[in-house]
Amino acid sequence: MKVLMFGWEFPPHISGGLGTACYGLVKGMEHHKQDLIFVVPKLWGDEDPLAEFVNASEIEIDYRERRFRDIWKSLTYLEVSSFLVPYLSPEEYHNHTERLLKDEDEIESSVLANKFSFSGKYGKDLILEVSRYALVAAQIAKDKKFDLIHAHDWLSFPAGIAAKKISGKPMIAHVHATEFDRSGQTVNQRVYDIEKAGMEAADKIIAVSQLTKNTIVTKYGIPEDKVTVVHNAVLDASIIKSNVVKKVPEKIVTFLGRITFQKGPEYFVEAAAKVLQKDDNVRFVMAGSGDLLNRMIQRVAELRIGTKFHFTGFLKGDDVDKMFALSDVYVMPSVSEPFGISPLEAVRHNTPVIISKQSGVAEVLQNAVKVDFWDIDAMADAIFALLHYNGISKMFKEMGREELKRLKWEHVAEKVIGIYKQTFNQ
Amino acid sequence: MRTICFYFQVHQPFRLKPYRFFEIGDDHDYWDDYSNRNIMNKVAKKCYLPMNQLLLELIRKHDGKFKVCFSLSGTVLDQMEAYAPEVLHSFQELVATGHVELLNETYGHSLCALKSETEFQDMVSLHQKKIQYHFNGYKPKVFRNTELIYSDDIGEMVAKMGFEGILSEGAKHVLGWKSPNFVYVNAKEPKLKVLLKNFRLSDDIAFRFGEKAWNEYPLTTDKFIGWLNQVPQEDEVINLFMDYETFGEHQWKETGIFEFMRNLPDSILHQTNFNFSSPSEVIANGSPVGQINVPTPISWADEERDLTAWLGNDLQDEAFDRLFELEKLVKRSNDPDIYRDWRYLQTSDHFYYMCTKFFSDGDIHAYFSPYESPYEAFINYMNVLSDFILRLKLAEKARG
Repeated sequence: MKVLMFGWEFPPHISGGLGTACYGLVKGMEHHKQDLIFVVPKLWGDEDPLAEFVNASEIEIDYRERRFRDIWKSLTYLEVSSFLVPYLSPEEYHNHTERLLKDEDEIESSVLANKFSFSGKYGKDLILEVSRYALVAAQIAKDKKFDLIHAHDWLSFPAGIAAKKISGKPMIAHVHATEFDRSGQTVNQRVYDIEKAGMEAADKIIAVSQLTKNTIVTKYGIPEDKVTVVHNAVLDASIIKSNVVKKVPEKIVTFLGRITFQKGPEYFVEAAAKVLQKDDNVRFVMAGSGDLLNRMIQRVAELRIGTKFHFTGFLKGDDVDKMFALSDVYVMPSVSEPFGISPLEAVRHNTPVIISKQSGVAEVLQNAVKVDFWDIDAMADAIFALLHYNGISKMFKEMGREELKRLKWEHVAEKVIGIYKQTFNQ
Repeated sequence: MRTICFYFQVHQPFRLKPYRFFEIGDDHDYWDDYSNRNIMNKVAKKCYLPMNQLLLELIRKHDGKFKVCFSLSGTVLDQMEAYAPEVLHSFQELVATGHVELLNETYGHSLCALKSETEFQDMVSLHQKKIQYHFNGYKPKVFRNTELIYSDDIGEMVAKMGFEGILSEGAKHVLGWKSPNFVYVNAKEPKLKVLLKNFRLSDDIAFRFGEKAWNEYPLTTDKFIGWLNQVPQEDEVINLFMDYETFGEHQWKETGIFEFMRNLPDSILHQTNFNFSSPSEVIANGSPVGQINVPTPISWADEERDLTAWLGNDLQDEAFDRLFELEKLVKRSNDPDIYRDWRYLQTSDHFYYMCTKFFSDGDIHAYFSPYESPYEAFINYMNVLSDFILRLKLAEKARG
């Protein structure tokens, strides 16, 4: 059985968590010798050769194929004048939409050109790239031999749908995050529509957590038995020994992630203030950047905890490891987190973790304190306990390590292959 | 008496280097040596050296009839010592003419008058010693507080320290119908004379001089003389108070600011009935017209002439309160490095960078800030302060 898989990015060139998850899964597949064609919009040439890679930017589309025109027509709901583009200033946005309105024909012709060079990023032409990706998928589906389609998240759902249309093969939609996790209550209708179309067109859906499955069922109206939960894993469960030396005498409690609504940074700040009332011997660190950063700084000043609550800005590479290594407690108070890999990274650094019940990772990590994201009293309590009662933190460290070893991508791949077989036989 | 009193504020802060969380507890060197040096050298070249030269020529030419007054903060003197001794020499040369008065202020260009009388006294006497050391035993008689911040209480403290007068802002909301062009006395201690800045004429030079959108642009010496002659005959003193960096730095050479100043003394002495006085001469010769009531502090900043450029938002208040909580520990430490850092951390500029009220018309604040936002300024300051607190605690422990 051969699987045609559509992703959006692949390490080392990634900007989201999706690339890491795809890498883990493909690696696990390799372990089980699963035959795989992996398509990405853009290949850089330095990817780990774990599968038969296809670079969508190099695929030429054959327009004598009438069915492609039909696919393009059916993609017109992906109208390029969408509001999807993230992180644009008002002026940029204006220019962007202006250009789109003016040059719609031109864009259509560029999408329909023989070849199209993808950026593979989450840039301003995202929707355009998503629809071109679907056309390329149709071409690949026509040329390649395979038995099953597997598409990751909404970016590649139109590709999966197109491939299914051309080949008639079954399709699996893999949901790593939904629009509700990304945007809270103000969902982008177009993205939602694409997600829903993908879920409906799929023969089977894989959700990264029960939490995500619930969203798929309740918000997208998908029958429960169509969705199977397969949790993510960690690429490397080894314990990271660090020689970073802490230079402050206090214990350190860390939040690390995007400082946005979904990650619940304000609950961390409030809990910090509560802990500091009782215990002066602790410092809090908020590492990361995001649209709520200034509001958090403002709140820290209001609470008068500025000499014990620090901001590092966006951290990368070594500094992330350093931050984990310096931390005595790691807190992930996410309001909505389909999975959430960072607490597992903390465990690798021997750092006990507190996670919100509203995160998918809470379903797999037993040796962690779990609190509701809004329950700042419970959060403060847990922080205090992990800082002061060595028994629990010691236990969490030891048992967390053991737990981590069981979270392997080869196990994930095994489950996914099981789903392939089941789908294929239906 | 009908006189003009020029006072120039000379100040540079010790700017903090980007100080990250990871450095807390390890790196005790907070100051951005590179940019402090560069800025001092730049301002020296554009402003201090050429303007000092011009003033020296004018003073010599008018043989004492033209005079000015300076206040040099302790931090700017430290920077001149370290980075630009030739600037210090040129100020010494000016003072040696006998027609340049020096004022006393707080060493660290600090806001401590609002928080701690003991620290205020320490800062003033430190500054006094510094002035005496560099200017041949010179002892200032008149005081100017940081940012011209003044209140009845501050005036009382200053009088207690033996000063004859103090400089402040002729803030509209304090003066009401009164004119800034007279000598006033402190409401609690009438021995202390208060000189108030004529903000219209001062700011015409300091802020509007080179502004092409201003309907009086360009400001010529003749035009300024015309305005002086319109001042009611009974008014006694025009206090022209401004940052010294106005000349060549805030108003670039290309605006013609130097030519304006070159011609001004001659024109004033010949085309008006004003002469020039130093603040102590104004105080000695003028007769006060009454007391001025300032229950809440005023300053020379922004439209509001209050403290909100430095204090009042949560970022500023948090930083300020945390800093001053440390006074006892700092003084017990007896460590000159800790002392110096604490003084430099008090400099008003650090709090100015944290001001959020200028998000809309932030040009002035943005121009002076090394940070991209007040939030960044706060983070950096608090990281440094956190390390400073750790040092204090260690020092405290070491003493047992």
